[in-house]
Amino acid sequence: MSDLKLTRNLQDPDGFYANLLAMHEGLSKAESDAFNARLILIMANHIGDEQLLARALHLAAESAPEGRHGL
Amino acid sequence: MNKIFEIPLYPYARHPDQDATHPVRHKVIIIGAGPVGLAAAIDLAQRDVPVVVLDDNDRVSFGSRAICFAKRTLEILDRLGCGEAAVEKGVTWNTGRVFFDEREIYAFDLLPEDGHKRPAFINLQQYYFEQFLFERVQQLVDAGKPIEIRGRNRVEAIGAHPDHVRLEIETPEGSYELHSDWLIACDGAGSPTRRMMGLDFVGRVFEDNFLIADVVMKADFPTERWFWFDPPFNRGQSALLHRQPDNVWRIDLQLGCDIDREAEKRPERVIPRLKEMLGEEVEFELEWVSIYTFQCRRMERFRHGRVIFAGDAAHQVSPFGARGANSGLQDVDNLCWKLAMVLEGQAPERLLDSYDWERVCGADENILNSTRSTDFITPKSDISKVFRNAVLDLAARHEFARPLVNSGRLSVPCVYDEGPLNTEDATGLPARTRPGAPVVDAPLGEGWLLDALGQGFTLLAVDVSIPEDLTLAGFALTTLSVSAEDNPTLRARYLGDAQKAIYLIRPDQHVAARWTDYDAEAVTAALTHAIAKA
Repeated sequence: MSDLKLTRNLQDPDGFYANLLAMHEGLSKAESDAFNARLILIMANHIGDEQLLARALHLAAESAPEGRHGL
Repeated sequence: MNKIFEIPLYPYARHPDQDATHPVRHKVIIIGAGPVGLAAAIDLAQRDVPVVVLDDNDRVSFGSRAICFAKRTLEILDRLGCGEAAVEKGVTWNTGRVFFDEREIYAFDLLPEDGHKRPAFINLQQYYFEQFLFERVQQLVDAGKPIEIRGRNRVEAIGAHPDHVRLEIETPEGSYELHSDWLIACDGAGSPTRRMMGLDFVGRVFEDNFLIADVVMKADFPTERWFWFDPPFNRGQSALLHRQPDNVWRIDLQLGCDIDREAEKRPERVIPRLKEMLGEEVEFELEWVSIYTFQCRRMERFRHGRVIFAGDAAHQVSPFGARGANSGLQDVDNLCWKLAMVLEGQAPERLLDSYDWERVCGADENILNSTRSTDFITPKSDISKVFRNAVLDLAARHEFARPLVNSGRLSVPCVYDEGPLNTEDATGLPARTRPGAPVVDAPLGEGWLLDALGQGFTLLAVDVSIPEDLTLAGFALTTLSVSAEDNPTLRARYLGDAQKAIYLIRPDQHVAARWTDYDAEAVTAALTHAIAKA
């Protein structure tokens, strides 16, 4: 099993980031939340591997800056 | 026309026990003549254990209540002698449809697996289920089996002692006392026995109210299960439509948290709701309306000395997945052979502690599954609703999201992995029939594997020769020699890549141990272990 990649892997980081923001342009907060949820589910299914997903969930939780959980 | 639930089936009748100078002592008393209590009585009586059932009522329950009976339950009913009646009357369906907002997002076919005598499940009103069990009780009575139901006998007080239980019973003609070696409490979610004994019942309480209506209609709806998330006729909530026998349809409508329960139950409130759902032109008649909330919880232990709890009295789940009555039947299946062996002096009392271990394991699995379904159907936070709706939106277009849609995960029997009665598994045999698992049915000649199993322990030999008359550790085993040669289903389920196999099967049709060859010593050791003797 391959481990969760934590080194650079995006070929065009600026391009992806711009695309991500572009998708949210003009969306209300509720629409943006729904978009993000769909995106997470699509990506989760693509990854599939249970251990990788569990690692990713924990990584996301751990990476919240001190005192800013829930912001 | 009188409906079955309007007729007293076991009316109060004075019993000589009520006039005895000293309290009469029985071997087993069961409290509650619902599906679980009746099934336990049948199972014990079939094993020649005398049993008295006390019920505060005198007829089957009113309203459809539990309506989905899973395959394992039907297999247990077969063992109890009334599976055929239930399957004949019940409705089978294979297609389910899921709706979100105003549109159908997808339909699914259950495609039940071939090679089983019984379907994945049937829809049947609980009153019919109870009626068939009751008719079986009468058959056993007629055959001279030691079984008795006393109607309108309400237990008012319980004294639990180390070697017996005392019961104070109220009847229309006053009270009397009984003693019993063992007591099985099958008195439902509100179990008075549990309350009288001051026992715990902890878990999660859900605030949502659900309206259930049994509707009689001649409408031309297909025999399918329809589930709605956030439909126009019940905004922000869910709804379910299910077919039952006799043109009775079961409708479940989620109502939310803060409602006036009495007002919501009134026909002038219910009928417009249903018209909105079914269409103005559909003619229907209301048979039963009820509002329920639910909990997901269980007792810490199901055995308290000589008092044993089974069914809803021991554990409660949300209705999604039909895990209530179905798990209650599995409790009975697990308990009765053990209690019979303990009463016969064939097994030590600690065998009953394995009931606790195994059925607590089953209850936890059911609570986990039904809690997850509930969290999907009734999202408890903004973000859980966002994800729920995201799943539904994706499911409308993409197959990958459909397994995430959770409108109930249908009851399947628990596998007692790591269970205290299991013997370490042999290598190379199929996972689904490993020790702790319920036996998987398979065609056998003109009949079925499950029907060929004995009432006690069975030794199943697949392409191995074993002695026909087999007594091990003092027990006469039922032996069943079969061949997988022209039976690919049996091969897949019991051999896999192996050439031959031996299975030791418990009286409740769970696998206790298995090997790839016959060794009398190994079977003896496994059998002794499976009855907690070693």
